[in-house]
Amino acid sequence: MSGIDRRNFIKIAGLTTIIGLSGKPLADAFASQPAQASAAEKEGHVGKRWALVIDPKKCLEKEGCRACIDACHRIHNVPQFDNRKDEIKWIWKEEYEKAFLDQENEFIEDSLKEKPVLVLCNHCDNPPCVRVCPTQATWKRQDGIVMMDWHRCIGCRYCVAACPYGSRSFNWRDPRPFIKEIDKDFPTRTRGVVEKCTFCNERLAKGLPLACVEACPEKAMAFGDLEDPESEVRQLLRNRFAIRRKPYLGTQPVVFYLV
Amino acid sequence: MLEKALVGDKKYWTWVLFLMAIIATGFLFYLRQLGYGLGITGLSRDVTWGFYIAQFTFLVGVAASAVMVVLPYYLHNYKMFGKMTILGEFLAISAVTMCILFITVDLGQPMRAFNLILHPSPSSVLFWDTIVLSGYLLLNVIISRVTLESERKGIKPPSWIKPIIILSIPWAISIHTVTAFIYSGLGGRPFWFTAILTPRFLASAFASGPAFLLLVVFIVRKFTRFDPGREPIQKLAQIITYAMLLNLFFILLEVFTAFYSRIPDHMTSFQYLFSGLDGHSKLVPWMWTSVTLGVLAAVLLVNPKTRQNEKWLIFACAAVFVSIWIDKGIGMVVAGFVPTPLGAITEYWPTFPETMITLGVYALGFLMITIFYKIALSVRGEIST
Amino acid sequence: MYDAGKIITGLILFLVLFTTPIWVNLASGTSAERPDIKLPVDEKQCVAATEYMKASHMDLIYEWRDQVVREELRAYHSLSGKEYEMSLTKTCLGCHSNKAEFCDRCHNYVAVSPYCWDCHTEPKEGI
Repeated sequence: MSGIDRRNFIKIAGLTTIIGLSGKPLADAFASQPAQASAAEKEGHVGKRWALVIDPKKCLEKEGCRACIDACHRIHNVPQFDNRKDEIKWIWKEEYEKAFLDQENEFIEDSLKEKPVLVLCNHCDNPPCVRVCPTQATWKRQDGIVMMDWHRCIGCRYCVAACPYGSRSFNWRDPRPFIKEIDKDFPTRTRGVVEKCTFCNERLAKGLPLACVEACPEKAMAFGDLEDPESEVRQLLRNRFAIRRKPYLGTQPVVFYLV
Repeated sequence: MLEKALVGDKKYWTWVLFLMAIIATGFLFYLRQLGYGLGITGLSRDVTWGFYIAQFTFLVGVAASAVMVVLPYYLHNYKMFGKMTILGEFLAISAVTMCILFITVDLGQPMRAFNLILHPSPSSVLFWDTIVLSGYLLLNVIISRVTLESERKGIKPPSWIKPIIILSIPWAISIHTVTAFIYSGLGGRPFWFTAILTPRFLASAFASGPAFLLLVVFIVRKFTRFDPGREPIQKLAQIITYAMLLNLFFILLEVFTAFYSRIPDHMTSFQYLFSGLDGHSKLVPWMWTSVTLGVLAAVLLVNPKTRQNEKWLIFACAAVFVSIWIDKGIGMVVAGFVPTPLGAITEYWPTFPETMITLGVYALGFLMITIFYKIALSVRGEIST
Repeated sequence: MYDAGKIITGLILFLVLFTTPIWVNLASGTSAERPDIKLPVDEKQCVAATEYMKASHMDLIYEWRDQVVREELRAYHSLSGKEYEMSLTKTCLGCHSNKAEFCDRCHNYVAVSPYCWDCHTEPKEGI
């Protein structure tokens, strides 16, 4: 028999299918690498590199204040678990020495020692979580916000392992029963996806300030554009010394702490 | 050829049914996990990877180790391994399948697993791991099928299979290299962030995989007419010896760097594993068991008298396997999360459903090994069909 | 044919098992009538043609979803020239305010369970 017999035909057809199936997404992946164009300029804030500057001293004025945490967690439907295992948090208070493990200093200023510091996603310039995500469910927008697509996350938790700041939480179980009052303007999450602070991108789009910044009674937080030399954040950073968490990792956080 | 797996004696069927019962139980628990979420496991916000991912990591090593019989046979023409290569390849297929299943049961949204292919991300090591693992599975399926088919017909394997077999050798190295990269590329996890992790993974794989293969060979030899002969067993034992010594040496290198430099980040995870941190010491007895068995196995393997004594050899192989299983299948993954980047110490231990799901996946792998070996040995007439 | 009896019995058994859902439905008298869905009263025009929406509303919703979440685009210009906010809960459910009698009825009929509602909430309904 000449030409291709049935057996060989099936073999060739199978191989072609495999190559075809794997070739297309590969090509797409390389083609779609540049970040998605930002359309934030259309309305609301015009920003290129969002940043948050926190003044821990002001923050500590009122002991036990949780205004920013409550505001953020309420409007973003962050569930409240009473155990550490299932815990989900976007912004929270961490002991100074835990937040700045690398700044260990026995003789540090007493006003800071053992006092809580606000921590949240650092929206790194060079985010390890984005690098490791196998589905581009987390990515860096052009204005620097490290976003999450809760529709796409497969829950592999590689980003949680990669984040050097412990900023990411995973939904170990259905969060809905643990949300006191659901804010209907914002989705809840489903079990099995990772979540974190997204710099209130939904509010920025409407020209509103960050919920935490707005809620702070001491005005201890300033939010603005690093690219704009006249912005409040730039002025604060010009006039005072600021530190960031784990700078040696080269992640370049945009959450600054004034000293 | 599959029909050969459908006939067997009572012992064979009892074993098959036993495995199927465990698979079914595991599956029922998996349904519960699907309903409740991964909170059914012992994992937490602080320790987000545990038993599942650790088994995956360990089994990638077992899969890669097939190369230790394939390489001498095909590259160095070491004919003595002829009878064992097919067993190595079948072991690889079963191990890779278990790896894929362990990744799947670890996903929070398994229904969306296809997103890996729909939205491929070459910057993620997991993307490359998907490619090398599925490629390795495909290579071994083709190789084992073609060579066994030829053997059944009593003809020489077609010449085109040789380059594919040669390709499978570096590919085996790649699967464990890429798997190690998942961990060693994370700057925020000092315990994993070390270049020696990859060689350590490979060394432990080339010890534990062949050790497991030898144990299986001993079992199969007991129940069938299959006998690879004394020399290849001893040769494989030597390979295990060198790999195990390298593995122990690499661990010592890690300990030196961490404790001589006295950099806290690099010491704390080791302290947690071997002496406990702040009163948390769940893994300490396990890790010392691992070290004791590892050293004991190394001594028994290095000493030619004990290595050449089959009873001691069986014990040494079992010790190698258990030692490395504890090291990689429990300690390595968990210690990366203890302490957390915020210095918290949260302990992890698998829950009952988690253990059952794990056992279910292992049972499926063992069922595959059983069926594959049954077919291979029936084809060769080393077993009554 | 060897074992003809066994093979034929096996085939029949398989056919019976395979078609069980049909028999069960017939026996229970479940009707196959089209679902009666409630359309909005005060709004006559949707963001796209009815025929398109009937067949492909999920594609449109997926497109909206990706544009809002991933591309920071929030405005949708329909063929009729109107501008809408790309939002499931605000725009879609703004008109189709009765999820139970619109979305659910049809989805139940065709036995699909979209996971939208795992996260998004119906504006009126409390959870």
